[in-house]
Amino acid sequence: MIRIPCPFCGTRDHSEFSYGGDGSIQYPALDAPVQDWHDAVFQRENICGVQTETWQHVNGCRMWLLVDRDTMTHEIHDVRPAHPGMAKVLGVTS
Amino acid sequence: MTGQKGWTRQWRDPEPKSHYDVVIIGGGLHGLATAYYLAKNHGIRNIAVLEKGWIGGGNAGRNTTIVRSNYAQPGNREFYEDSLKLWENLSHDLNYNVMFSQRSHITLLHNPGAVDAVSRNYNVMRRTGNSDAEIWGLDQLKAAVPHLNYGPNARFPIMGAAVHKRAGTARHDAVVWGYARGADQMGVDIIQNCEVTGISREGSKVTAIETSRGKITAGKVGLAVAGSTSRLWTMAGLGCLPIESHKLQAFVSEPLKPLLDQVVVFGMGGAHFYISQSDKGGMVFGGDLDWYKSYAQKGNLPIVQDVAEAAMSVLPCLGRVRLLRHWSGVVDMSMDGTHFISKTPVDNLYLNAGWNYGGFKATPASGTYFADLIANDRPHRVIANHDLKRFERGLQIDERGAGPDPKLHG
Ligand SMILES: Cc1cc2nc3c(=O)[nH]c(=O)nc-3n(C[C@H](O)[C@H](O)[C@H](O)COP(=O)(O)OP(=O)(O)OC[C@H]3O[C@@H](n4cnc5c(N)ncnc54)[C@H](O)[C@@H]3O)c2cc1C
Ligand SMILES: [Zn+2]
Repeated sequence: MIRIPCPFCGTRDHSEFSYGGDGSIQYPALDAPVQDWHDAVFQRENICGVQTETWQHVNGCRMWLLVDRDTMTHEIHDVRPAHPGMAKVLGVTS
Repeated sequence: MTGQKGWTRQWRDPEPKSHYDVVIIGGGLHGLATAYYLAKNHGIRNIAVLEKGWIGGGNAGRNTTIVRSNYAQPGNREFYEDSLKLWENLSHDLNYNVMFSQRSHITLLHNPGAVDAVSRNYNVMRRTGNSDAEIWGLDQLKAAVPHLNYGPNARFPIMGAAVHKRAGTARHDAVVWGYARGADQMGVDIIQNCEVTGISREGSKVTAIETSRGKITAGKVGLAVAGSTSRLWTMAGLGCLPIESHKLQAFVSEPLKPLLDQVVVFGMGGAHFYISQSDKGGMVFGGDLDWYKSYAQKGNLPIVQDVAEAAMSVLPCLGRVRLLRHWSGVVDMSMDGTHFISKTPVDNLYLNAGWNYGGFKATPASGTYFADLIANDRPHRVIANHDLKRFERGLQIDERGAGPDPKLHG
């Protein structure tokens, strides 16, 4: 089991969370060239090593998180709220 | 009678030469099959297959060995039907018993929506030339597989099944060994313990391959490394790919007396489960992938629980059966669930990847068409849309209709 330290709830089993995907993707402006949208939607770096990814704490606070995790060892290096503004409103610092 | 003495090597163990006409990276099923067909169909003999570990140690030796051709999307239909036809003659072709057993593939149906959806797909199959597609009612299913959970208390009561009779299983290791021996006999060098560590390029040409056993130059290079595709792609100085590496687990039980004559598949809501019985008697089964990206050939516990629950809901008679082994493989999940047999931005580099968790059945067609692509430097009509640029053309070959999220393409 991977243990994820949720900034809102504390450390929980990863089975409480749902994996989103590559957290490094930046979606381009709506009127950006089609190639930019193609790359954002279909192309992946697929890192072997530490990558930033999104997880949602579905069976907990339901917050989306950004997690830096090693895709080879599964070690977690950092967890932070995906929406820092939300964390600020709730008084959570990470 | 001979006390198992006198066996000789099935293929040579050569030292790598400094140059080959074609180098295939990856000694799994697809790499070995490609080398075999390059030699057999195209008369190219100066070929090496470079494998970092031992051949068949990757997904080739980790899959649940299901072979079928019940695809509905154009492109995939022809490709997998060709593959199934090649499977039907594979033991003869290789002169090696791959134990291909066409025992039927039975997809259980649990609600009217599922019956409608699968009827649509199976009608597409029938209307496009694959008559091996039947929808069974409960009576027919009960007669064929009497020990499924038909009870009124079943969590998902069974309504019927979609049946594809020429589908079945094969002995995965035998397929690896058969292709390896066949390729070797035609002069292909199979080089194990040879990890590719670098791919040197000059402009749009690969000039040399760095390996743990020295530098090798090649006229043409084919990549067939499944879950490691992005790593090799990066070595070649190329950017991103429409692929993510995920891990999929599988399980085998202690050997039982004959219990299940078919491949049975259960998919309902979040559950996914497929099972067959090996010739040794082990129940071979699996489910969904682990849901998060991974390069570790190491599975996690939540899926063990999911798969066990699915097993119990379909075949409660398995409840007291003990597990013998359980393992995981790194699968190359693509953005639309369909593979790539494709030219690349580098002139003499060719890509075979994106097999999701369905590349075992593809082996003979994958090898045939990849060899054809490498030999002739143009895609065969059948794989015209299995290239890396299909998304740019607005085409997704998405059997499931799941959209561009690799983990959803089961
Ligand atoms: C648990 C599981 C169940 C599956 N079940 C089914 C099924 O029922 N039916 C089906 O059709 N498909 C199934 N599949 C999918 C199928 O196994 C794969 O799609 C297929 O085996 C992939 O092709 P391959 O055999 O060439 O890959 P692999 O056997 O993985 O071959 C790739 C090879 O490349 C080598 N390699 C990697 N990096 C390097 C390097 N740097 N240098 C040299 N060599 C390198 C690896 O060591 C490996 O041997 C399953 C997969 C898994 C994991
Ligand atoms: Zn939480």
